[in-house]
Amino acid sequence: MNVFQFILQNHGEVLELTLEHLWMVSVSTLFAVVIGIPLGIVIAHRPVLNKAVLAGANIIQTIPSLALFGFLLPVPWLGDRADRLAILALTLYALLPVIRGTFSGIRGVDASVIEAGRGMGLTERQLLLQVELPLAVSVILSGVRVAVVISVGLATIAAAIGAGGLGEFIFRGLAMVNNQLILAGAIPAALMALLADFSLGWLERRLQPR
Amino acid sequence: MTGRTKARVATGASAGWVNLLNFGMLGASMEPNAAGELAIEFCAVSYVLPGGQQLLSGLDLKVQRGETLVLLGRSGSGKTTTLKLINRLLSPSHGEVRVNGKSISQGEVIRLRRSIGYVIQDVGLFPHYTVEQNIGLVPKIEGWSSERIRSRTQELLQLVGLEAQLASRYPHQLSGGQRQRVGVARALAADPAILLMDEPFGALDPLTRDELQREFLSLQQGLSKTVVFVTHDLREALRLGSRIALMEAGQLVTVLSPREFLRSTVPLAAAYVKAFGDGPSVAAHRGDS
Ligand SMILES: Nc1ncnc2c1ncn2[C@@H]1O[C@H](COP(=O)(O)OP(=O)(O)O)[C@@H](O)[C@H]1O
Ligand SMILES: [Mg+2]
Repeated sequence: MNVFQFILQNHGEVLELTLEHLWMVSVSTLFAVVIGIPLGIVIAHRPVLNKAVLAGANIIQTIPSLALFGFLLPVPWLGDRADRLAILALTLYALLPVIRGTFSGIRGVDASVIEAGRGMGLTERQLLLQVELPLAVSVILSGVRVAVVISVGLATIAAAIGAGGLGEFIFRGLAMVNNQLILAGAIPAALMALLADFSLGWLERRLQPR
Repeated sequence: MTGRTKARVATGASAGWVNLLNFGMLGASMEPNAAGELAIEFCAVSYVLPGGQQLLSGLDLKVQRGETLVLLGRSGSGKTTTLKLINRLLSPSHGEVRVNGKSISQGEVIRLRRSIGYVIQDVGLFPHYTVEQNIGLVPKIEGWSSERIRSRTQELLQLVGLEAQLASRYPHQLSGGQRQRVGVARALAADPAILLMDEPFGALDPLTRDELQREFLSLQQGLSKTVVFVTHDLREALRLGSRIALMEAGQLVTVLSPREFLRSTVPLAAAYVKAFGDGPSVAAHRGDS
């Protein structure tokens, strides 16, 4: 029996784990975007803060993922449900690329464009919404894309703390020394990452200002 | 170089400048007029960076309504800083800037900026907006109807010598000269009484620059805006300015009409006239002897 036959035979479980996986990745990406984009905007305008925030996000990124899942396990409300915990960990990992993308997207806007806008009497808010964000959007999106691709991979490890997702197959396969089982988790995860990369990349190019 | 050639060079230079003056509309142009109202006034203005570096010191300057005052000075002399104090992109460390008789630190900064057109060397067109959207942004924010914006855009494009169909182009689809014209049109969109121009033609090739200078003059004859125009080019200053404010190292050296400037004995002004005059005439006599 090859891996495709296995997937066909167990399509119910494959689908369920894929959806779990997708859920963890989408929710954590949403959180990372909701927190990371405003944070990136703030630090792009406040040079004093940018070192500290970027360093903080960087440090989170360097914590090995298994260790981070483990650290969070004893946290009261979070530890109750493994998927909450996984979503928090994934959010933390996704923050850095989102913050950095937003920061460099906005910093990359031509200074003369900002000066002209401010000089002609745009408020800071109008400057942000009409000039900075539209011009930074493709760079911000590339940060989001990186975050999603990382999350899809990292979410497989969430199975180690019982949060489900395609990592289930992988860990089960590792325990049983069954390559088909490992591939049954790895292939859908890889496809998910490729699909996200491709579609967000397409959107990024569409929104690229001339 | 012999005494005779020196004399010839000098005559050649000054004759050239007189011609230049006669081409402009300068002959009978506005001398500062005691009765005329002041559009802009600097009263003992200094600007010091947070680090302590003094960029401007003790600046006193009056700009008459309807005149074109040129700020002339070498790069780093404080021209841009002076200009940015007028639309409050910077605030003075000491002293006061007045626009239409009122200290600008009192009023609302957004209102002030919308009443002052601002053109910079890098133009700073919004790359994601068409020409029409660039010109119409502030009017749109001010709540103009889209028909009014459209007709104003058409009017302005014509005014700055651009074809009507350029309205739907993006900035990257324009030449440098066209972009700068759009920059001027955008600054004029809401019909401000004051126009600040920071080396607007500095990045253009000489022929395009000449064309835009000529158009600026005819435009200014029709509109009579109060213009503060920054340049480091004496030729441009003489051609466009009703008066020339000469700056050096963060200080105002002197304010002179173009005619006075050419005859000035102020060492820095004389040095400018000599430096700019020498270029063409030295070239013209190269390989003589
Ligand atoms: N934010 C700043 N920080 C440090 N130096 C500055 C800053 N802004 C201007 N300067 C310096 O102040 C001087 C005057 O600048 P500026 O007004 O731009 O001169 P200009 O427009 O005549 O070339 C220059 O030496 C410039 O390098
Ligand atoms: Mg300058």
